[in-house]
Amino acid sequence: MNVLDIKDLKVEFPGRKSVFVAVNGVDMSVEAGKILGVVGESGAGKSTVGNAVIGLLQEPGHIAGGEIYLHGKRIDQLPYKQKRLLRGRKIGMIFQDPLTSLDPLQTVESQLVETIRTHLPLSAKAARQRAVELIDSVGIPNADERIRQYPHQFSGGMRQRVVIALALCAEPELVIADEPTTALDVSIQAQILELMKKLCAERNVAMLVITHDMGVIADITDHVAVMYHGDLVEYGETTQVLGAPVHPYTQSLISAVPRPDIRVDRFPVVNYIEKAGTPQKQIDISTHWLGKSRDYGKVSGPLVKIRDLDMAFETRGSIFPSRRKYFQAVKKVSFDIEEGETFGLVGESGSGKSTIARLITGLYEPTGGSILFGTTELTSLKNRRDVLAMRRQMQMIFQDPYSSLNARMRVRDIIAEPIKFHRLASSNAEVRQIVDDLLDHVGLGAAAGKKYPHEFSGGQRQRISIARALATRPRFLICDEPTSALDVSIQAQILNLLKDLQEELGLTMLFISHDLAVIRQMCNRIGVMRHGELCEVADCDALFETPQHAYTRELLSLMPSLELLSRANLQTVDHPEA
Amino acid sequence: MIGFAARRLLQAMIVMLVVALLAFTMFRFVGDPINQMVGIETSLEEREALRERLGLNDPIPVQFLRFITQAAQFDFGTSYQFRQPVSELFAKRIPATLELSFASALFALVVGIPMGIYAGLNRESAISKLFLSVSLIGISLPTFFIGILLIFLFSVTLQWLPSFGRGEVVQVGSWWTTGFLTLSGLKALILPSITLGLYQMTLIMRLIRAEMLEVIRTDYIKFARARGLPDRLVNFRHALKNTLVPVITITGLQLGAIIAFATITETVFQWPGMGLMFLQAVQNVDIPIMSAYLLLTAFLFVAINFIVDILYFFIDPRLRVGRP
Amino acid sequence: MPYVSNEEAKAAVQDRAGIPPAPSRLARIVDSDMFHSFLRSKVTVVAACGTLILFLLAFLAPWVAPHNPFDLASISILDARVPPVWMEYSDPRFLLGTDDQGRDILSAIFYGMRISLIVGFCSVAAAATIGITLGLVAGYMGGRVDAVIMRIADVQLTFPAILIALLIDGVAAGIFGSIDREVFAFYILIVSLALSFWVQYARTVRGSTMVEKNKEYVQAARVIGIPSVTIMARHILPNVMGPVMVIATINLALAIVTEATLSFLGVGMPPTQPSLGTLIAIGNDFLYSGEWWIAIFPGLALALLVLNVNLLGDWLRDALNPKLR
Repeated sequence: MNVLDIKDLKVEFPGRKSVFVAVNGVDMSVEAGKILGVVGESGAGKSTVGNAVIGLLQEPGHIAGGEIYLHGKRIDQLPYKQKRLLRGRKIGMIFQDPLTSLDPLQTVESQLVETIRTHLPLSAKAARQRAVELIDSVGIPNADERIRQYPHQFSGGMRQRVVIALALCAEPELVIADEPTTALDVSIQAQILELMKKLCAERNVAMLVITHDMGVIADITDHVAVMYHGDLVEYGETTQVLGAPVHPYTQSLISAVPRPDIRVDRFPVVNYIEKAGTPQKQIDISTHWLGKSRDYGKVSGPLVKIRDLDMAFETRGSIFPSRRKYFQAVKKVSFDIEEGETFGLVGESGSGKSTIARLITGLYEPTGGSILFGTTELTSLKNRRDVLAMRRQMQMIFQDPYSSLNARMRVRDIIAEPIKFHRLASSNAEVRQIVDDLLDHVGLGAAAGKKYPHEFSGGQRQRISIARALATRPRFLICDEPTSALDVSIQAQILNLLKDLQEELGLTMLFISHDLAVIRQMCNRIGVMRHGELCEVADCDALFETPQHAYTRELLSLMPSLELLSRANLQTVDHPEA
Repeated sequence: MIGFAARRLLQAMIVMLVVALLAFTMFRFVGDPINQMVGIETSLEEREALRERLGLNDPIPVQFLRFITQAAQFDFGTSYQFRQPVSELFAKRIPATLELSFASALFALVVGIPMGIYAGLNRESAISKLFLSVSLIGISLPTFFIGILLIFLFSVTLQWLPSFGRGEVVQVGSWWTTGFLTLSGLKALILPSITLGLYQMTLIMRLIRAEMLEVIRTDYIKFARARGLPDRLVNFRHALKNTLVPVITITGLQLGAIIAFATITETVFQWPGMGLMFLQAVQNVDIPIMSAYLLLTAFLFVAINFIVDILYFFIDPRLRVGRP
Repeated sequence: MPYVSNEEAKAAVQDRAGIPPAPSRLARIVDSDMFHSFLRSKVTVVAACGTLILFLLAFLAPWVAPHNPFDLASISILDARVPPVWMEYSDPRFLLGTDDQGRDILSAIFYGMRISLIVGFCSVAAAATIGITLGLVAGYMGGRVDAVIMRIADVQLTFPAILIALLIDGVAAGIFGSIDREVFAFYILIVSLALSFWVQYARTVRGSTMVEKNKEYVQAARVIGIPSVTIMARHILPNVMGPVMVIATINLALAIVTEATLSFLGVGMPPTQPSLGTLIAIGNDFLYSGEWWIAIFPGLALALLVLNVNLLGDWLRDALNPKLR
């Protein structure tokens, strides 16, 4: 018998002008001991399904139709108090961000005990005993000791284990996990997914996993529901849906997922997903202002040469030098980037990869080592004119499309600023023309210039960022996690755009990402970073096929397998271009 | 804990030192102290002798050092207008101000906190909206005008409560006088303490409400609800305790401000406290009283802040126990 | 994509729908959530109208006031202490009665409000200029500069505004002598109010600047090579103005109250240029003899003015804080 049945569920959010239908007639069900994945991109309504089941829809959202059954008993119409008693007791919930999910002022023990005693008739002592057992069962060593600690004393992954323990406190029959591993690093993600799979089987609970990540779906779910704009577009066994998708949306979504095992030339663009990227008026690079970026003189040897780069941040200041504490973010890193290639840096959070990008662009000053750009030593530049000349040649694209554009400036002014500042055009009319062309070229269209950043979506904003970066006619482009805040379908388009631009303009790129699959699609050579150190540098295919360093092997082994995914629509490349 | 307290103590001392420098500058350079002390008929030689005797010809750092040492022993010089040691003048008036401040702080906390909690938890209820409207009027009416209105209503029109003074006071110990022990003393306290406390009460109420609303939106409160914890536990154990952290700081600042605001209330109600004396000193350019008052209020303020920091330490485990 | 807000979800939907055309500026304002929330809150609309009317009455006082309370020729001591029109022994020429010198209270209120508002605006402008500049510099530069500015602010915060203003006034009197006090009163008031209120701006702007400076648009500007001063002025400043507007509005109310308090205490505007506070101080002496209108009406005018401005500030804060929407 099914633990959860959702029938024709409809959730509405009344807005100022219109009613937003977040979930539009969705049916799904989960059996005990099985995991159902709900997958979709932003705005698909997948989280809303979870919140509707547990009865925590944010005001003014409400269930406008349909039925939800738990063990055949209808629960969506229960009065507030009875609904509350279901939460925790029958339905457990796991949130995305373990860092903010726990009350910082209470010990783990008191949060566990209060939850246990709310639902089960246990004495304080028995409740504590149970709490220790739970903490032990989610794989936190030394449970008896650690339970007395406060949340801030646990690492992110450990905190997510505590959150899972809290969700399991009263032996719920159903657990809803909303993006349970999104905030975590790959290695921790693998452990948490493993734990969830184990607990699901051992305790025979039904699990509803909401995620945007096909890897998670492929890894742990038995069934999958694909959502798009509030509609359920495909639903079935995971192997079936991922291996032979029927609906065009599912097909295009799956083909947009980057894989560590195959390298594609371009991601297939399926119009089902995005129309905004349709080609606009294209400019002829060979005669255009923008094409002059190819005119930098060739350098002999690598374009960027990094030797023994060191960076330490002061974590505790003191007037006494001996009492100061430092965090060594980058330790003796050396590598070269050849002209025209894309060099990838991959690593988990805190590995120092973004710090390197900021050191090269001069946002931070290194505490040691040298950065050679062409023939110029960047760390010893003093003259402001020289510094500006170097800045002009290297630009950066940032991770967060929501904060990388000044919200108070029109798009046109944002892109014009570097051109005007470096005096790259002779008249305002010319600047205007260049800005319009750039907007056309990145696929937005010149009309976008009149508007403000908030009127654009994440993918569109990232295009604006790219146009701004191109506006100094750089020869070296640093991309710091340029797509990690985007949906996969949008990511595929941005990656395509970057590839095209590199080819047209002969750009040299440093591409930074935590995602090995993305790195594989984009880079010629790859450096793997861990704790500020560079473990291994290798050619792309060599790294994936014959990894040398133990850490690289570990990272590769932790990648969720995407073997299941259909390979239709993909054109693989046999010989990656040098 | 000791390191934490020591650091805070050091910061407090730096603040006090800066304030002392200000007070000293005022004391020494605003107007000529000698002119204020002697009559017009005093000869130039006599003035010079007095100058020498008071050490006004010493190097400035020496004078500053002397000023601090004396201030630490409660020696703030002689008042220009009363020709009495400033410390004696203050000793007589401190009890009145502290009792008034205490009563108002009590009023502000006892009324403000529950109102704030209620309004934070029941955002849409009619009573919350009423509280908010009343509080807006509370912060919009100037303190002195509230005093005038209260006097007009309860003293002039209804004649229930006295409009000025402390009423009958009782001597406690060698120098403390209290109005808490007599009926007339308590009656005299009612209007001034409401006047003084009303503004702080509304501020505290609005602050707690705003913080509550912020905390209730956090993930850990959502997670607590998702675990099925009863509202009582969620609201009081989780939300309220987290609200307290910022609230305590601001409340500490506000309680310090009460002592300064007492100046206004004491003027309206002719309350014989140090604020009233300070105001007269400002009007008569009685610099020794002004600088002593500056030092005293700064000291009380810094002391309150220090206590608040220590309280913080006990509430927030993130300060107490380090990461592994 | 991780955890999404409604707005992000809308934006994502838009990703697939193409870009709608840009609306005009007026349409943008009328359509904005801000304007909508303004219209939805009836209290705010009333407060805005009330503020506008009071400002107009104050600044147009010479034209709208029934009498000129400073024209000695038109004042007669025979008209002194006339009660408001609805009471016995009143005079229809004086709607709200007269004071001890025979000046029309209503006219005195208009003129007084003008002085209060001028002092308020000037001191808010001065405080904001000092505070924003120091806050931007402290937040952007960090390190020692930040430490010094913020320690000064800490010491400053040790004393409530009213105390600082009193001290400055006392010191100024000591330096200039009491005779010149009337001449300098206005400027001393502005200086003391500005010096008491700048900290709020500095702290807020510093806080927001520290958040903004780590945002990627500022880093992008730095990567382009734009100098710090330009980044602060062109990129950061516009983005921290929201909270500054809220503080400035609430601060205007506070400045008016503080000015009134100082004048009431006898260290603000002199009786020759009476602000609302001065008027209340004058009237306070007659409270016990039953001539309540001399103090109470200016007081009510003051309260009304401050209440309206506060209501606007309150709404502005809620409207600009997307978290509470």
